[in-house]
Amino acid sequence: MAEASADLAAGGAARLTTADGRPLKGALARAQSRARRRAFLLVAPLLLFVVVTFIIPIGQMLHRSIHNDGFSKNMPLLSQWFAETEPGTPPDEAAYAALAADLKAAAEAKTVGVVGTRVNYEMPGTRSLFTSTGRKARNFEPPFQQAVLDADPKWANPALWGTMRQVSRAYSPNFFLAAVDLARDNEGNIIRAPEDRRVYMMLFERTFIIAGLITFLCLLLGFPIAHLLATLPLRTSNLLMIFVLLPFWTSLLVRTTSWIVLLQGQGVVNNALVATGLISDENRIQMIYNQAGTIIAMTHILLPFMILPLYSVMRPIPPTYVRAARSLGASSWTAFRRVYLPQTLPGIGAGALLVFILGVGYYITPALVGGASGQLISNLIAFHMQDSLNWSLAAALAAVLLGLVLILYWLYDRLVGIDNLKLG
Amino acid sequence: MALPVYASPLERIWYYTYRVLCGLIFLFLIAPILIVIPLSFNVEPYFTFTEKMLSLDPTGYSLRWYETLLTFGMSNPGAARDSSWWLDVWNNAAWVRAAKNSVIIGVASTMVATVLGTIAALGLSRPEMPFRRAIMAILISPMIVPIIITATGLFFFYSSTGLAGSYVGIVLAHATLGIPFVIITVTATLVGFDRSLTRAAASLGASPTTTFFKVTMPLILPGVISGALFAFVTSFDEVVVVLFVAAHDQQTIPRQMWNGIREQISPAILSVATILVVISVALLATVELLRRRSERLRGVTG
Repeated sequence: MAEASADLAAGGAARLTTADGRPLKGALARAQSRARRRAFLLVAPLLLFVVVTFIIPIGQMLHRSIHNDGFSKNMPLLSQWFAETEPGTPPDEAAYAALAADLKAAAEAKTVGVVGTRVNYEMPGTRSLFTSTGRKARNFEPPFQQAVLDADPKWANPALWGTMRQVSRAYSPNFFLAAVDLARDNEGNIIRAPEDRRVYMMLFERTFIIAGLITFLCLLLGFPIAHLLATLPLRTSNLLMIFVLLPFWTSLLVRTTSWIVLLQGQGVVNNALVATGLISDENRIQMIYNQAGTIIAMTHILLPFMILPLYSVMRPIPPTYVRAARSLGASSWTAFRRVYLPQTLPGIGAGALLVFILGVGYYITPALVGGASGQLISNLIAFHMQDSLNWSLAAALAAVLLGLVLILYWLYDRLVGIDNLKLG
Repeated sequence: MALPVYASPLERIWYYTYRVLCGLIFLFLIAPILIVIPLSFNVEPYFTFTEKMLSLDPTGYSLRWYETLLTFGMSNPGAARDSSWWLDVWNNAAWVRAAKNSVIIGVASTMVATVLGTIAALGLSRPEMPFRRAIMAILISPMIVPIIITATGLFFFYSSTGLAGSYVGIVLAHATLGIPFVIITVTATLVGFDRSLTRAAASLGASPTTTFFKVTMPLILPGVISGALFAFVTSFDEVVVVLFVAAHDQQTIPRQMWNGIREQISPAILSVATILVVISVALLATVELLRRRSERLRGVTG
């Protein structure tokens, strides 16, 4: 080795070579890049699969959150007029002519409902205006302004024209604005949404508060269990581990059903309380179909995700440290607080982040046991996807949630490392 | 954690309080899962224990809700119970059809996830792997991204590609959701893998394929099987994607349960739940045995 370094130091006069005479350095580099290529080729099929079945769909959703051509595609002439005029221009005869022609074409193509729906997202109550005027559009004669206003005087409303200008572009940030309770006025300035429509920030807030509370409860319940499992002899703790792993393996819907059975008004818990005389028959406690239901059921469902990382951190902590602290005169509380607890911090971080990330995105359990007050942001996304059919708003809400979750995921990767994720 | 001999009376009290608290938390974990089992045998259409059940009167118990699982949706449930009755069950009963769908989708998606995931885990655990951390983050992300977001994305993607309402679409989606579990379990098994074994095989003249099947595969098999079981359970328990992208008549067990809980909740749900609990006990036992075998093979002694 010393000889080799001396040779290299001499300027490579006698370069190290492989048996077939090639320079060693180059051969090594080639072998290494071949090994890297091979490793990557093994991963490539799965990566491609995940990109196609997961990354692209998510990308498409993000695209949908800023793209909605419901108006621009079906009202091309009017969209053109908006593009050519300054914001705030009052509609002239040309604008009304374009509107009349577009409405006529849209009514024939049966897309006037799509147009009305798109405007309705921004300005509730306008959908019927489009459909009813669309039906009459066939008979419009010049001058069009008069004809349209005769059909319905609501068309003179400047706010309507301001809204139509906004939706005349296929790409718009409006859905994102709506997702954080903002809106645009007629001049295009960003303002806060009217008070009665400010629901989304409240729901994001509630989601984060509930997820935080559940994380705290999981830590409160999970810490003693993990500590007990980590300090018991392995045979006993393996046996007790079943109590943690069985819920982990049991279907989410089964566990949610069980909580309904346990907690409902005529359920097992209430019946037991009434039978023991703790509460009277009329004062049965409402524990489900409200926020309490969501919190109880989700704490149960996410608890194993707290216990398992805590346990894997606590198991290797040598008990001698606490014993040493005690022998040096620390009380058991001091020994716990200053010696044991600091060593469990990585586990607390890992468990808390994991539970919080999973909790923020929960859908099924709040939908089934949450009632009205226990709904989380996921439930609202589903509502806009399935009931109100405002897909772009659903996509924008999902994008905001995704952004928040990805920040947390990034944090988890930095602090814990995804390689350290363990399952049972 | 035995109580030390020098413990003060206060510490003794705390020691026992602590154990009682832990007992209560264990009860919180396990009671909701066990409670459905006796209730599923209730003769009455209630979700609570009747007087008869509490006094262990046999007439308080019945199998009627299990029978409902077979008869619900049949074209002629009242017929004589001969082979054509059972054929009717097999073809028409709603829960049986849902179970068949769930198994088909579960097996297919597990196969896709396990094969692709295992190969990728082999690559990821090589020391030469470039961009390891970033790729790992992408492959694990289907587990982290809220399911509603995945389902929304898939809804748009499938409606633009024509995969909506097809079995292929559901299988691909479930495979994606199962992949993180396969990656995690298989890479965990590969952490303790001694690479000199494959080198030894190669030096003795084995081709890479032979090495894989004769040396690597038997050693990582426990991890692969537990990953596959995780992937299967993920698919078997998944309802949101199915709700978003499946056709109306493509029922799976969780979707049928979801409908049951949302609409008219019947105690038949409890008998399904009981069957699912029994299945999860069996799966848990299998995974536990595999884990011990894997630790034994790797020489990790407990």
